[in-house]
Amino acid sequence: MNTRNLLEPGVYYLQGAQACLEGAITAGCRVYGGYPITPATEIMEHAALRLPQVGGRFIQMEDEIASACVLLGSSWAGEKAMTATSSPGFSLMQEAISYGIMSETPMVIVDVQRPGPGQGYITTSQEDVMQARWGHHGEGSAIAIAPASVQEMYDFTIEAFNLSERWRSPVLIMCEENVAHMRERLIVPPLDTITVINRKKPQDLGIPPETYLPWGHDVVAPMANWGEGYNINYIGLVHLEDGNITKYDLAMHDRCVRRLHDKIEGNVDAIAKLETKFVETCKHLIVCYGSVSRTAIEAVVEARQVRGIDIGFLRLKTLWPFPEEQLRRILPPVDTVFVPEMNLGMMKHPIAEALRDRCRKIVPIPCLASLHTPEYILAKIDEEIR
Amino acid sequence: MTPIKRFEIRIAGFGGQGVVTIGKILGTAFTVYEKKNSVNTQSYGPESRGGACRSEVVLSDGEINYPFVRKADIFVALSQVAFDKYVADLKDDGILLIDPNGVSVPASAKKSCTVYEVPAMELSHEIGSTKFQNSVALGALYPLIKPFVAEDSLRKALTDNVPPKTVEPNMKAFEKGKTYLTSHHPDL
Repeated sequence: MNTRNLLEPGVYYLQGAQACLEGAITAGCRVYGGYPITPATEIMEHAALRLPQVGGRFIQMEDEIASACVLLGSSWAGEKAMTATSSPGFSLMQEAISYGIMSETPMVIVDVQRPGPGQGYITTSQEDVMQARWGHHGEGSAIAIAPASVQEMYDFTIEAFNLSERWRSPVLIMCEENVAHMRERLIVPPLDTITVINRKKPQDLGIPPETYLPWGHDVVAPMANWGEGYNINYIGLVHLEDGNITKYDLAMHDRCVRRLHDKIEGNVDAIAKLETKFVETCKHLIVCYGSVSRTAIEAVVEARQVRGIDIGFLRLKTLWPFPEEQLRRILPPVDTVFVPEMNLGMMKHPIAEALRDRCRKIVPIPCLASLHTPEYILAKIDEEIR
Repeated sequence: MTPIKRFEIRIAGFGGQGVVTIGKILGTAFTVYEKKNSVNTQSYGPESRGGACRSEVVLSDGEINYPFVRKADIFVALSQVAFDKYVADLKDDGILLIDPNGVSVPASAKKSCTVYEVPAMELSHEIGSTKFQNSVALGALYPLIKPFVAEDSLRKALTDNVPPKTVEPNMKAFEKGKTYLTSHHPDL
């Protein structure tokens, strides 16, 4: 790890946006291409200050389409790269995300979600969580994670780069305005205790250019970067393992696209993370993600202690790939499942699918453009259970 | 220091009165220098338009889940608009700290809370600029939160969060606010 000018181990009081960018450069990010948009601009501002200090490059692009394409080019040139945007900009980045999935390009995009549709408003939201999975055209999956605190904005961003390098995939950090703007304690551990994963290269595996298959060798192919002596046909078309696109047939199409899908969806246990409390024998359950989980755990503890309601807590740290089998393994059959979200009910769909025969009723608790209060969630629990 | 489960401070005023900076300073003092936990949030979007700006700090020895004020223990109000808009979430037996030249508290709003006054604008003016009224307010707030934070921690955090050239007048402002409150309330 090149530790020059990284945030030193210690205790800091930072905004989530700053912690995110500090996590990125600690993970090795040395290129930031971006276009400002509220409420994500603080990440870009901090990038403009910090990237030059660590020997990196900061580029303000003409729009979000170009910003996302910066990641494709930089990553193939051997750099770790990131951009941050908010929902309307995230829409513009979908094409590059799709290209990143097909070209298996490690890249990290932060979406500080604002409520929509259209320009919507500049406040907080979780309205892009389905777009993170289905917004890009075509099959294939990206990875999406949801931090809930300033510490996690640092830790999860490091994890995002590690996942992107490990799985050669776009990784989307789906956070909310309140997490990006809040100030909170950040503890930076000794830098040598932080795991940083770098992409596997054919050179490291002793694969010479003559026998190198840029899309072969393994579930996740080793990635040669431009200028290292390996021929790569870097392309968004369906391709053979050697990059050939002209010997097209349905079998190679199926093999190419199915591998992209299975690489992520077939390794959900290795990728996805959950957090649970009180779920072993709970009668009811709350499932949540992102900053809503901070309200939800407060509501769960009060419901248990003050009202005597036996309710468990499950938080999705990873949104996509969706850990359906993990949910089914961990959870006992329950009565009512509450799903508070800062949208009108999005992740409740895969949750309902996963728990189709494991619960009596799914109750969405929507809240638009503002974080639920504990009282709001408790009132809904009371309404259903009492 | 007194153990603290959850303590909520809300500061509000006109945009430009420095309420966001007070929040940053309190949070820095508590987290970096007292080694405890705090979350600082600020008003955003529609709330901050039209003259009322809000900053909140939640303090705890333990983990802080819900990051915003549920029922404020202390409410610092530096403008009438901000007072009117945000007083509802003050605990019935909470503490109110106001600038009496900018805020009048209707008898109906006092509930059973304790009201302290500090003429922040006026005292800041004595230093040569009204820019330091937030540090006056911070100084006046200190005796009210003394059980949780050392004066030295607040002063260090203030130094961290204001432009280096303004540290000296901000320190003077802090001192003025503190002295004003303790001289009017010797029990503090």
